[in-house]
Amino acid sequence: MENHETQISKPKSRLFFLSTDHKTIGILYGFTGLLFLLLGFSIMMLMRWQLAFPGQPIPFIGSWFGQDRAPGGIMLPEFYNQLGAMHGTIMVFLGVVPIVVGAFGNYLVPLQIGAPDMAFPKLNLMSYWLYVLGGLCALSSFFMPGGAAQSGWTSYPPLADIATAGQTFWLIAIIFLALSSMLNSINIITTIVQLRAKGLTFMRLPFFVWAQFVTGFLLLLAFPALEAASVLQLMDRLAGTSFFLPSGLVVSGQPLSVSGGGSPLLWQHLFWFLAHPEVYVLILPAMGIVAEILANNTRKPLWGYRSMVYATIFLGFMSFLVWAHHMFLTGMGTIISGFFQATTMIISIPSVVILLALLISLWGGSIRFTTPMLFALAFLPMFGIGGLTGLPLGLTISDIPLHDTYYVIGHFHYIVALGTVFAIFGGIYYWFPKLTGRKMNDALGRIHFAGSLIFMNGVFFPMFILGLAGVSRRLWDGGAQYQFAQHVLHWHEFMSISAWLLAVFQIPFIVNLFWSIRKGKKVRENYWDATTLEWAASSPPPHGNFFPLPEVYRSPYEYSVPGYTEDFLPQNRFMEEGSGLKEKG
Amino acid sequence: MQINIPYATETRPDTGLHNAKLGIWLFLASEVMLFGVLFSSYVLLRVGAESWPRGADILDVPLGAINTIILIASSITMVRSWTSLLKNDFKNFRLLLSTTELLGVIFLVVKCAEYRLKFEHGLYPSGSTFLAIYFTMTGLHALHLLGGIVVNAYHLVSGKRQWNLNPEKFTHRIEAAGLYWHFVDLIWIILFPLLYLT
Repeated sequence: MENHETQISKPKSRLFFLSTDHKTIGILYGFTGLLFLLLGFSIMMLMRWQLAFPGQPIPFIGSWFGQDRAPGGIMLPEFYNQLGAMHGTIMVFLGVVPIVVGAFGNYLVPLQIGAPDMAFPKLNLMSYWLYVLGGLCALSSFFMPGGAAQSGWTSYPPLADIATAGQTFWLIAIIFLALSSMLNSINIITTIVQLRAKGLTFMRLPFFVWAQFVTGFLLLLAFPALEAASVLQLMDRLAGTSFFLPSGLVVSGQPLSVSGGGSPLLWQHLFWFLAHPEVYVLILPAMGIVAEILANNTRKPLWGYRSMVYATIFLGFMSFLVWAHHMFLTGMGTIISGFFQATTMIISIPSVVILLALLISLWGGSIRFTTPMLFALAFLPMFGIGGLTGLPLGLTISDIPLHDTYYVIGHFHYIVALGTVFAIFGGIYYWFPKLTGRKMNDALGRIHFAGSLIFMNGVFFPMFILGLAGVSRRLWDGGAQYQFAQHVLHWHEFMSISAWLLAVFQIPFIVNLFWSIRKGKKVRENYWDATTLEWAASSPPPHGNFFPLPEVYRSPYEYSVPGYTEDFLPQNRFMEEGSGLKEKG
Repeated sequence: MQINIPYATETRPDTGLHNAKLGIWLFLASEVMLFGVLFSSYVLLRVGAESWPRGADILDVPLGAINTIILIASSITMVRSWTSLLKNDFKNFRLLLSTTELLGVIFLVVKCAEYRLKFEHGLYPSGSTFLAIYFTMTGLHALHLLGGIVVNAYHLVSGKRQWNLNPEKFTHRIEAAGLYWHFVDLIWIILFPLLYLT
């Protein structure tokens, strides 16, 4: 074996954005992802104007969008559809997944397992640039004739097959993103299997690493389905095939001149075969982040670590068997619906196991209410609401009235926005001292937390009310054209104002982030008194992370060990047999 | 100066793998899903179709059969080029890998000729679902083969330098490239009966 005790070395390229160091790539992923998150959020704020005040000109910035998108500042339905499709695409594929997997995964996995870098540093860099390419491809579609993709983030054919040129760009973007996430997941899995430090067995891995491990398999095996489907839809659009076009299709009174014989349902199966595991890609790393923060701030080991790990593996496996619960209303048949209803109920069990284990972990802990802990604590009930409101959607009967209403949007935003995005914020506050050697400002952090919690609930809770009243989710006027919706429409205004105030409360975070990089209070290396390996490296860790590579002697969350002088016992601290601990305990 | 990634060439004792070996198998797992999805789509479309043509009536079975033989032969030369490296016979390796490349290129030439014949008869992907899936799947397969040819060409050109620098690492690389090559071969072995013979 080669000598690991090399001196601190410089990455090959001096250019920041061409570095193969996993930490640099993680930071690049993080900033790009946060930019996309902000963009997706801004798109949503525009849509919320149209929903609250349909048909009224957008104030101040209405003239920016030009005559073919918003004549006189009044948003056209086509433009609203573009914004809707791109909001979903940007948030899921370009915002949240790159942050939780690309940024947190890349930065933390090698550190937490005591590795000098990822197993394939060059592929890692390539995966980042494929992601950027995919992002640019998706964004450039806004400038195509006819505008961006407008068939929803799900791109259901036959409409998507005959949509304007923006849809082609959407498909190409998806293929780039599929390649990017494939490279990234191969890298993460290989790193975890091969580069674990000496003594770090699988059952000693921090839960975050386990979450990334299972997530890696989901991305690796599910994304090819959408990749293949995108190739087929590209063929439909460019080579005139009819994979997703049935015979006898009539568009605007004209019969479509295609060979026909295709199946629109095929796309839905392929799309959801990716997109349901994708939901768990969104939430598993977030649970990992929350688990790390909880264990550290309750000063006790996670409750039921093993059952959490087994639940995560089972969850990953089951997530491949539930996809058609998105398709109960397609007429695929009651027997198939029954099967997917059963698997959907089964998959809720491991989710509950993980959530309950996290909840019970609080019991008897000496909780420190630090800023990251606030976000982690808020995650638990908010994810709970998101999960429980999902159950009626997984049952075929109650899904019939709820399908495609605002209820669905409320449900998954409680999981992704109040769940995953909160975990992302918590993770940023928690690991910021590791990245910079400084901490973020707590006062600003608390303002950010309180505002985000209140106004995110303000945005998403009324959606349940609208959904139960039967208001459909993709309407350009938010349902104003329907008589039955009139008595709940005033909630749109409430939600929109909440959304804009939510934006205001992100300003403290943005200010805090950039201010703290240079001016934040300097803190010691293991600022949170944590046990996992990333805190054994210096802050920020140098290229190569550890000199020499650490060795691991115990499980990841040895907090408040009876009889030990400090309330935390790092994984890499060597103790002689029978010394200290047992004598006093 | 670069840092050393552990187990890049040497085997990790408790997993019995070096990094690239695990990496290539994970990559192939992803590829299995990609082609698996396309095969499933084929089944679904065929089951749902009102009529489905016999492949032999439209496609050129002798040309397809020749291509199958060519690709199987290339797999043999590919694996033999790897075993020559294990026997420290670089000269033989170069000969066998060049043969693999040649066979791969011949396959693509035959494939192009087949496509051309189809186009000359007015048979385009838009013609029918059968033609659509035929062109899509064989096209994607040809792209994969092209990728394999590029990788092998790189190993042919820089092989001597890599071999002198680190023979063990180079052998691992050829093994990984070979695994990929066999996978692409295997896809064709499924595609040929599926499209041409049924």
